[in-house]
Formats: sequence, structure tokens, C-alpha cells
Amino acid sequence: MTSDIVFFLLAAISVFTALMVVFSKSPIYSVMWLIACFFSIAGHYVMLNAQFLAIVHIIVYAGAIMVLMLFTVMLLNLNKESEPHKSILSKSIGIITGGMLFLVLLAAMRSTQLGPYSAPETTDVGFVQKVGMKLFTDYLLPFEMTSVLFIAAMIGSVVLAKKERNI
Amino acid sequence: MSELVNTSTPQNWYLLLSTLLFSIGVMGVLIRRNAIIILMCIELMLNSVNLLLVSFSAYAGNTDGQVFVFFIMVVAAAEVAVGLALLVSIYRNLGSTDIDVLSKLKG
Amino acid sequence: MEQFIQPINLIAPSLWVPLLPLLGFFLLTFFGKQLKSAGPWIASLLVLGSFLLSVYLFVNLGNKQSLDYDVFTWMHWGEVSLNFGFLIDPLSLIMLLVITGIGFLIHLYSIGYMHHDEGFVRFFSYLNLFIFFMLLLVMGNSYLIMFIGWEGVGLCSYLLIGFWYTNDAYNDAAKKAFIMNRIGDLGFLLGMFFMLFYLGGLDFATVLSNAAEFEKGAPLLVVITLLLFVGAMGKSAQLPLYTWLPDAMAGPTPVSALIHAATMVTAGIYMIVRSNILFSLAPFTLEVVMWVGVATSLFAAIIGIKQNDIKKVLAYSTVSQLGLMFAALGLGAYTSGMFHVVTHAFFKALLFLGAGSVIHAMGGEQDMRRMGGLWKYIKVTAITFLIATLAISGIFPFAGFFSKDEILAAAFHHKIVWVLLSVSSMITAFYMFRLFFLTFFTSFRGTEEEKHHLHESPWTMTLPLAILSLFAIGAGFLGMPAVMHMPHWFNGFLAPVVETSKSILGEAHHVDHNTEIMLMLLATALAVTSIVIAYVFYVSRKTVPEPDTETKGLAKWVAKKFYIDELYNAVFVKPMMVLSDVFHVVIDKLVIDLFVNASAWMVGFTGRTLRLVQTGNTGFYLFIMVFAMMVLLLIQLVQ
Repeated sequence: MTSDIVFFLLAAISVFTALMVVFSKSPIYSVMWLIACFFSIAGHYVMLNAQFLAIVHIIVYAGAIMVLMLFTVMLLNLNKESEPHKSILSKSIGIITGGMLFLVLLAAMRSTQLGPYSAPETTDVGFVQKVGMKLFTDYLLPFEMTSVLFIAAMIGSVVLAKKERNI
Repeated sequence: MSELVNTSTPQNWYLLLSTLLFSIGVMGVLIRRNAIIILMCIELMLNSVNLLLVSFSAYAGNTDGQVFVFFIMVVAAAEVAVGLALLVSIYRNLGSTDIDVLSKLKG
Repeated sequence: MEQFIQPINLIAPSLWVPLLPLLGFFLLTFFGKQLKSAGPWIASLLVLGSFLLSVYLFVNLGNKQSLDYDVFTWMHWGEVSLNFGFLIDPLSLIMLLVITGIGFLIHLYSIGYMHHDEGFVRFFSYLNLFIFFMLLLVMGNSYLIMFIGWEGVGLCSYLLIGFWYTNDAYNDAAKKAFIMNRIGDLGFLLGMFFMLFYLGGLDFATVLSNAAEFEKGAPLLVVITLLLFVGAMGKSAQLPLYTWLPDAMAGPTPVSALIHAATMVTAGIYMIVRSNILFSLAPFTLEVVMWVGVATSLFAAIIGIKQNDIKKVLAYSTVSQLGLMFAALGLGAYTSGMFHVVTHAFFKALLFLGAGSVIHAMGGEQDMRRMGGLWKYIKVTAITFLIATLAISGIFPFAGFFSKDEILAAAFHHKIVWVLLSVSSMITAFYMFRLFFLTFFTSFRGTEEEKHHLHESPWTMTLPLAILSLFAIGAGFLGMPAVMHMPHWFNGFLAPVVETSKSILGEAHHVDHNTEIMLMLLATALAVTSIVIAYVFYVSRKTVPEPDTETKGLAKWVAKKFYIDELYNAVFVKPMMVLSDVFHVVIDKLVIDLFVNASAWMVGFTGRTLRLVQTGNTGFYLFIMVFAMMVLLLIQLVQ
């Protein structure tokens, strides 16, 4: 039963922080709430026996991506509350559309047939060793491809962010 | 510990949670005008999908789902890097990250 | 007909006969600049090669064998299949020898005649193309192949008449020739459709054997032959489609000699002789052919009297002679017609080449009123020209005498025709000697500068003249009249081609020997009389035709060619122009433009309207995207 309580607690935190990301006034706060949201999701990962992924998640998202976001926000000096907002009408249209999408997705989820639960033989499904084995045997080629993707992204972002010089 | 995963929590709850998170992300994309917030909402949507994948992985009892999550993280990281670079470039040129300012594609 | 044995080993040489000139055409077209002055020589040698191959075929095939083979199947449906194939029989052989032989001589001549021209190489590539199509025309084993050649020579004729394309009048002449020929070709084409529907194919073997099953005078055959004759009228410049030929003299003189005298214009006669069985089965058509031939012969001869342009006279003389040939065909004397085609090819080519030599010497002047007394300046030309003039006038023993006499003898049982043809040939003798005397006798009437410029042509021009004059003298002996007790080689050679017709038409009207001798003497007497009259007029009295402005009365009508061109202009061209204007304003501007502009406007309108969707608002795009995703999911779900 404790796991149930933990799940609902984490779920409540996730939803609340996600809402705060969307509705908080300042981008800085949004970033902070998003970090909190990611931590709660990491908690879900631990609950789901994906320990390695939880760690990676925190390192990559909270540690790298969100720090990058934060730096950008500060760099662009967006920490102002004078950020322009949409009209009430378009906001409500957005909320209604999002809600309708939620309903439709929910309906879609309900109509799916979930497979039976099959218990894994060992407890270390989500450990580094298992994930690593999977990654370097079955998924070797995609794994190597990601490095190409990273190179491209790195070069691309450097080129884009560089101050344009008159040629 | 006979049960490796708390099967008492049905998987449906995870489906519901990730759907909810995804919808919140979509809502954020629709109602905010600041491009950096939109970028964060996209991250949120990606994470909701990640959560879904991990839950499937856990309930199906194999590691493949987790590997997918791994790749999605890679893509997300690359996307954020490029997206932020674009933002910086846009801000430098237009002095704003408001997406309503980006209306050069008007037909 | 007995089945001839196919001499397989002759197929390859016969294929090369048309391929050599085609090769020449491509060589000159693509590498003309690189070949420089060698190009025309190569072109001439390739035609010479064709000629030698034709001789080889002639020697090996004779008239006992013929070669009929398909190169490939072109189209095939139902029971009909159209093949691309060749037929070499005595008739084709005669034409092959004439075309390649005279073709080579004229190529050689052109090297001298055209070498100052900037389009020197282009000229030879067209000539080679012409030879190719002409060979296709006479070698094809079906009306279809013949038609390809038929159209091809029309094209080359167009290109060569308009060879000096910077001159608008020449371009108009070229267009006129092309369009007049089109009218005839339409007849030919319709005839082919009829054959395809009712006679089960287009190749000669099928058509002629199927036609033989019809009774004599069947309406279908009359229609087909009349349509074919319309085609022949266009190509061979018969009334009423003859007006293009005199205008076609705008082309360089070798072209007039090759295309508009010796070869292309005889295609109509070749076609009728080729389908002689069809024509023999349609007596009505033969009657029409005969009368059209007689009328053309007389009409063109009369116009010829008053022409002052040396080439125009020859052009009308060609029309007149072609009329004579058609008259022979109409009388059922196919071999006599072909015989005249051959002899005419020699002496008319010679006349044109001689005229070309004269024009060359005069530095481009074509008006006879400015010539005169050229005999002592250009002797070779003058002598060969005299031979040709004697030949066309029908003086013994030159070639024209034999062939013309044969036609007149064939016409003897039909008194009116005989009289009209005799008159026509008498007039021919008159205007030809008028031409000769005005050009070569009395004294020079041109300017001093022109007189200084007078010179004999180079050997490449005089050699063909000499060779052709040998033929103009000798070709007649191929067909000796019966009275001389010698074998008529030409008729014997062509006998296999026309034997079926002979049986259909029955035995020809044979004139007995005394009558024949009488006819010959009469014809000669008439010709000599004409020559004497011409001599009296233009040499003794030194008459020079008056300037155009002083021509009056009937003479003016004749000089103006009976205003036929003006009549055609008023009756056909003008109404056509008015009709085109009407269509231009009503149909084109009002109706068609309406549709075209309306569709353009529709596209513009929808574009302008749909453009409004592209607001440029990123938020709006995102909204639409999410909404569309949702709708798609929903559709998926409902299904």
C-alpha cells in the first residue's frame, strides 16, 4: 500500500509542477518548476525499477538541459514579468483544445487492450549492466548513430548561436 | 520482496498520468507566447512519453522500452541545444522571443 | 504471277542504296564545318556509290527476278500488318538508275555551280536527303513507304526552293509548293485509307492482287484511283495544281534540274505506273488522267511561248511534258509514259543544267532579253544545250523523238487527243527554239560589264553536261519503234510490271507500219516548221520580246499565265484569309480566350483566397496543428 501512496504523491507533484510550468508568470520560475517536475518523474522511474534511467534522467535533464535553459533565460534577460500575454479568448481556446485533446487521448487509451503482466526473472532489469548490454548488442547501430546526431546538433548550435559577422 | 514492481498500482494509472502531463504540455504550447516556455512544454511532452515507455517496459518485463527512453533523451538534448541556439539567434535579430513577432511567413 | 526466287544475297546491297545518301546527309549536317570543302565531294561520291550499287542490282536482277522483302514490321493489328519493306523490280530499277545517275551528275555539277555560296555544305546535305527520300519512294514495297518518301521529297523540295531563305519571295514560293503539294497529298492519303479499309493492306502485292478480284469499273476502284491521281496531280504539277512548279524555280538551278525536272515531279507517274492494275480496272479514271494530261500539256505549252525568264520557260516546258506523260498513262501506254519519263529526265536535266551554266556565265541574270549571242562565249554549254533542245523538240535521232513518237502513236486512234498533243509538241518545239535562239544567237544585249564577265563554266559543270548530252542523244535507242525492226528493249524490260494491265485493257491499238512512218514524218515536219518559224522570228528578224509593260491583248494574258495565280488568290487565298480573320476575332479572341483567361483567373482567385490562411502567426499554426492531430485521432477512434 505504501507504494500506492508514494505513486499518488509523486503523481500529484508531477501534475502540479507541470501546471505551474505553464502558468507561472516568469520564465525563471517556469524553469524551476520544470526541474521539480523532472525530479518527480525520476521518482516514478525508480518506482518502475528503472534505476539507471532515473539517474541518467536527472543528470541529463536537470543537470544539463535545464541548466542550459536557465543560462539562456538569464542571457536573454527574460526575467521580466512584462512578458506579453495572449488574450483571454485565445488562452481559453488553447485550454479548451488541450482539454479536448486530453479527452480524446483518454478515450484512445481506454480502448486499448493492455497485455498481461509478465514478471521479470531478475530484479536488476533497470541496472546499468542490463541496459548497457541491450544498448551495445541489439541497439548498437542506433547508439552509434546518436553520436552522429550529437555532432550535427553541436556544430549546428554553435553556427546558429555565433554572432553573425558581415561577410 | 516477491513482487518486483508494485503491481498494486495498475498500469492504467500511469497511462492517465502521462496523458495528463502530455495534455498540459500541449496546453502550454497553445497559450504561451514566449518561445522558451514553449520549448520547455515540449520537454514536458517528451517526458510524459518517456514515462509511458518506462511503465510499459516495467509491466512487460524487458529492457527495450528503457533503451527507447534513452534514445528519446538523446534526441531531446540535441533538440534543446539547437532550439536554444535558434532562440538566441532570433533574439539577437528581433530583440524578442515572442512567437507572434515571427510572422515573416505571412502569405 | 509466278513466284520469283528471292536473291537473298542482293538484300544487303539494296539496303545500302538509300542508306548511303542518308549517311551523307548526317555527315554533312553534323560534321559539315569540320569536313570543309571535302563535304560536297563526299556527298557526291556517296551518291555515286548508290548509283554503282543500283547498276549492280540491275545487272544481277534483270527483269526476270524481283526482290521483295520486309525490313521490319511497323504496325500490326487484326489481319493488317504494315511492314517497312523494299521492292526492287524492273520499274524500281529504272527509277533507281535515273535517280542515282542523274543525281550524281547534278551533285557534281553543283560543286561547280554552288561553290561561291555560303550555304554550300547545307545545300549538299539537303540534296543527299532528297536522294534518300526519293529512293525510299521508288523502293518501298507498300504505298505507306512510298508515302513516306513522297512527303520526304516534298519537304526537301520545300527546303531547297527556299534555300536562299533571306529572300521573302523565295520563301513564299517554297510555302506555295509545300501547300499545293499538301492538297495532292491529302488525296493520296485518303486513297490509302480506302485501300486499307477495302483492299486489306497497303503493300503492293496485297492491294494489287485484291484489286484484281474486282470487276472492271468498280466504283470503289474509281474512287481510289481518282484520289491517287489527285496526289499525282499535286506532285507532278498537273492542272489545276501546277502553279507551284514555275514558282519553284526560285531554288538554285541544280535543284530545278534534279527535283523539279528529272525526279520528284515524275513521282506521280511512277505511282500510277506502279498501281497500273488499279488504274486499268478503272477506265473512267484513265479517261480523266488522259484529259488532264492533254489539257496541261497544251495549256503549259501556250504559257511557255510568252515567258522571258529562261528558267520559267523550262518550268512550263516541264509541266507540259509531264502532261504528255499523263496523257500516255491515260491512254494505257504505261511503258511509253515511263519511257518518256526517262528520256525527259535526261534532256530536261540537261536543259536546266545548261540554263544554270548560262546563268552562271551571266552572273545571275535570268532574263533572255538581256542575253543573246552567247554561242561564241560558252561553246560547250551551247552545243549541249542545242542537243537537249533538239531532243525535246522531237528531232530524229535524239531521245525525245522516240519517246514522244511512241506516245503520239498510242494516241493516234483517239483523233482529238492526237491532234491536241501534236499541237502541243509543235508549240514545244517553237518555244524551245525561241529560247535557244534568244540566248545563243544574234548579238549580246546585256551590259558591257556582263559581257566582260562571260566565261565557260568549270569542268565539274561541263562534264555532267557532256555526259547528259550523250544520254540525250542515245537514250532513245532503248526503245526503237516497231518500224525499225529492232527490239524495243525498254518495253521488254518493263513487261513483267504491266502484263496484268495488258490483259485487262486488251491488245493495244497497233498502227501499221506505213501509218507509223507517216506519223513520224508528220511530227518531224511539224517540229521543223516550228523551228523555222522561230528562226525567222528571232534570228532573221532579230525580234526581241518587248518589255513587260508593252505587252498587250491576248499576248498579255499569256504572259501573265492566264491570270491563274491571281484567280487562285481571289478564289481560295483571299476567302481563306477573311475566314481566318473571322475565326481569329470570334473564335479565338472571344471563345477560346474566354476559357483560357477564365481558368487563369480561377487559379488566381483561389490562390488569393487561400493565401489568407497563411497568417504568419506561429501560434495560429500550432493551434491548427494540434487541432488537426486531434481530429485525426478522433477519426481513428470512431472507426
